Amino acid sequence: MTTFTVNGEERTVDAPGDTPLLWVLRDELKLTGSKFGCGVAQCGACTVMLDGMTRRSCVTPLSTLEGADIRTIEGLDTPEAAAVQAAWTAIDVPQCGWCQSGQVVSAAALLYEIPNPTDDEIDQAMAGNICRCATYVRIRQAIKDAAKTLEG
Amino acid sequence: MTITQSRRSFLASSLGLVIAVSLPMRGRAQSGAALAFQPDGSEPIFAPNAFIRVAEDDTVTVIIKHIEFGQGPFTGLSTLVAEEMDADWGQMRAESAPADDEKYKNLLFGLQGTGGSTAIANSYTQMRKAGAAARAMLVQAAAEEWGVDASTITIANGVLTSGSNTSTFGPLAAKAAGLTPPEDPAVKDPKDFVLIGQDRPKLDSQAKSTGTAVFTMDMDLPDMEYVVIRHAPMLGGTVASFDDSEAMKVAGVTAVRQIPQGIAVYATSTYAALSGRNALTVEWDVSAAETRTSAQMMDDFAEMASTGDMKVAEEAGDIDAILSDAANVIETEFRFPYLAHAPMEPLDAVIQVKDGSAESWGGYQFPGFDRQAIAGNLGLPVENVKLNVMLAGGSFGRRAQPSAQIGNEIGAIARAAGRDGAWKLIWTREDDLAGGYYRPMTVHKMRGALDADGNILGWHDVVVNQSIMAGGPMEQMMVDGKDPTSYEGATKMPYDLANLRVDWVRAESAVPVLWWRSVGHTHTGYATEVFLDQLLEASGKDPVQGRLDLLKGDMGRDRAVLEKVAEMAGWDGTKVKGDKAYGVAVHESFGTYTAQIAEVEDRDGFPHVTKVWCAVDCGVAVNPNVIRAQIEGGIGYGLGSVLFNAVTLGEGGVVQEQNFDTYRMIRINEMPAVEVEIIKSTMDPSGIGEPGTPPVGPAVANAWRALTGTNVTTLPFSTPTGA
Repeated sequence: MTTFTVNGEERTVDAPGDTPLLWVLRDELKLTGSKFGCGVAQCGACTVMLDGMTRRSCVTPLSTLEGADIRTIEGLDTPEAAAVQAAWTAIDVPQCGWCQSGQVVSAAALLYEIPNPTDDEIDQAMAGNICRCATYVRIRQAIKDAAKTLEG
Repeated sequence: MTITQSRRSFLASSLGLVIAVSLPMRGRAQSGAALAFQPDGSEPIFAPNAFIRVAEDDTVTVIIKHIEFGQGPFTGLSTLVAEEMDADWGQMRAESAPADDEKYKNLLFGLQGTGGSTAIANSYTQMRKAGAAARAMLVQAAAEEWGVDASTITIANGVLTSGSNTSTFGPLAAKAAGLTPPEDPAVKDPKDFVLIGQDRPKLDSQAKSTGTAVFTMDMDLPDMEYVVIRHAPMLGGTVASFDDSEAMKVAGVTAVRQIPQGIAVYATSTYAALSGRNALTVEWDVSAAETRTSAQMMDDFAEMASTGDMKVAEEAGDIDAILSDAANVIETEFRFPYLAHAPMEPLDAVIQVKDGSAESWGGYQFPGFDRQAIAGNLGLPVENVKLNVMLAGGSFGRRAQPSAQIGNEIGAIARAAGRDGAWKLIWTREDDLAGGYYRPMTVHKMRGALDADGNILGWHDVVVNQSIMAGGPMEQMMVDGKDPTSYEGATKMPYDLANLRVDWVRAESAVPVLWWRSVGHTHTGYATEVFLDQLLEASGKDPVQGRLDLLKGDMGRDRAVLEKVAEMAGWDGTKVKGDKAYGVAVHESFGTYTAQIAEVEDRDGFPHVTKVWCAVDCGVAVNPNVIRAQIEGGIGYGLGSVLFNAVTLGEGGVVQEQNFDTYRMIRINEMPAVEVEIIKSTMDPSGIGEPGTPPVGPAVANAWRALTGTNVTTLPFSTPTGA
């Protein structure tokens, strides 16, 4: 039994300790916004916030999560996340959409750390998130747009 | 509840319009577009031979016959309807059509299917007529309601007006549904378009930015089991024997079954299924498998380019005489590897079998084939099988399966379970990359003859690869044993070449091959545009002007995109400026004309592409926003593949690339800036999903050759013999 908080709610899960968080979220907790793309922390589609940091849930075993605070795409409620999602929608970043939950989580985390990122900082923060549709041009633009909104 | 009255189809040929009325359904009667894209099974839905549903709350739902995996048909087809209805964009909704090869057929294919960049092209008139008919019926309903002549009624932004009378669509929907649809409603003159041609926000962006869009892998059904399959590690291998005793000890594993595709592991969670699969021991029968290495195969293909059984794909003049007499003959052999599509959502499907009926959910791109496959596996009449076409996390051709690969797998899983129930099939990335259905490995052996003044006298291209169409339901489209998808783009080049021959040699292998974003053009665009650039270089000619000189007569659309891209990039004939080099390519595919110029730097001996300019002519630009997005994405997709990607078969034919660590995707720091200009046109629209992909590779290669002197003829650039 492992007990942790997901999107502000305490949850207890009975599953083998080596079960990756991604499958706990998707199969046990029915939170399917976080996506499976590679299973080996190469693509970032499964990115969640774990104790305030981005984490690849596909390689995060349940056994390490006792008492953890997890936020998934379903529970992102920061001003950065709202700005990112509004910017994403405004310029139609998504194509197929499968990677975009992870992109949004990574982008919101970036803007929390660096409110006005340079191109290089965007590249560094986002290089772990693959988009097979190659929506990168718009991801870069939307992050800048969101940064402007947050400046207000 | 829903009040619906279906009407007979108008234009008996193909236009199955029905206008229907439905009361607002839960969760749909709200503004904004981030709504469910699948019919809600708990609500009565209007008969599926409809493209348009008008609800009392004014929403207009367009039933989309093409699968949405990012290329934009939900938005595009809805735009066509909204234009002719004079609807407001805010009232438009999109919903995926179920599998039905008659009602929802692609008019260019004759069955339901998405591919060849045809979604807009085949729907352009059909969906506009559907919208125009709906408009006419609403107008007639208003005329009767108000006691005015129909000719006095105008519609703008979803509001009908006649004198002091006004109404939105909803209040008139019930009355309109009782009218007879017009036989052949007139559609607008393109000069009167209000929505078509303007940037339009996509209907699915919000759901996909908030994690609420539901894909196949997100499906959950009561008592559903999770299933993974151990496939053979070499293509064409089959199970010789297996031992599941350790797998069955894994907590959560409920069953292990041999199916034609391999060994299926059933479990109560995805992770249990994966753990059970890891514990399997399987011996493979390789008697029908491809056991050569891909390096051996490539050498075999290269040999066949000289000695193989050649079929003439195109011929003009006397190339043999020209080649034997010419002052200067240039020869280049190009080698293209197998490529995986690698959609971000790995292949998957869900099925529920109950009381002699089955329902399946999947990213079914030719759903009729999968529906038949499921019916066949379960021994059910096809009408007892319902297919729901889901949003799919990419395809790039992978899900367009005449072989019904996934329908057969999910059907076999349900059959082998031997009971009613629900199952979700999940492929891992490893399954995906080793799973075949690749872009065909291809050799182009090219020869060009120049005269003493550098004019191109002759052109000979021998193409060696496997056929995509052979051995399946598409084989009937082959003529004289030739598969045009093997060499399309090498034939029908726009250039004025009096002596030319394209020969095709069919290679065979147990490795299954498939269309991969732009199909034959993935390699023909590269081979022809790099080789032409070599010839122009050998002649001392400018790559832009040299091409323009060869684009004669009715090649005006090719000329226009090339002239436009040269203007955009400020082309002045200088291929290298400081540390940057510039390369050009122009290539038509799927009726769309595309020219690109790439700006490339040398970073530690490897190309870094900083910018790509693209001019595109795809006829009427239904939604420039989506067109730009598809060009941006198509460039990234093509660039990543030419730089980094090859699926290689090692010893015994075992696929070497296991995941994204070895089959490497282009990432944001490698993505160039992209500038797109769309040529204004009133020609009927052609495709946009694929044509952005072919030119980027040769444009980069031509810049790289100018910068470094290295002509990259073996792809990808990252192979030792590449860049």
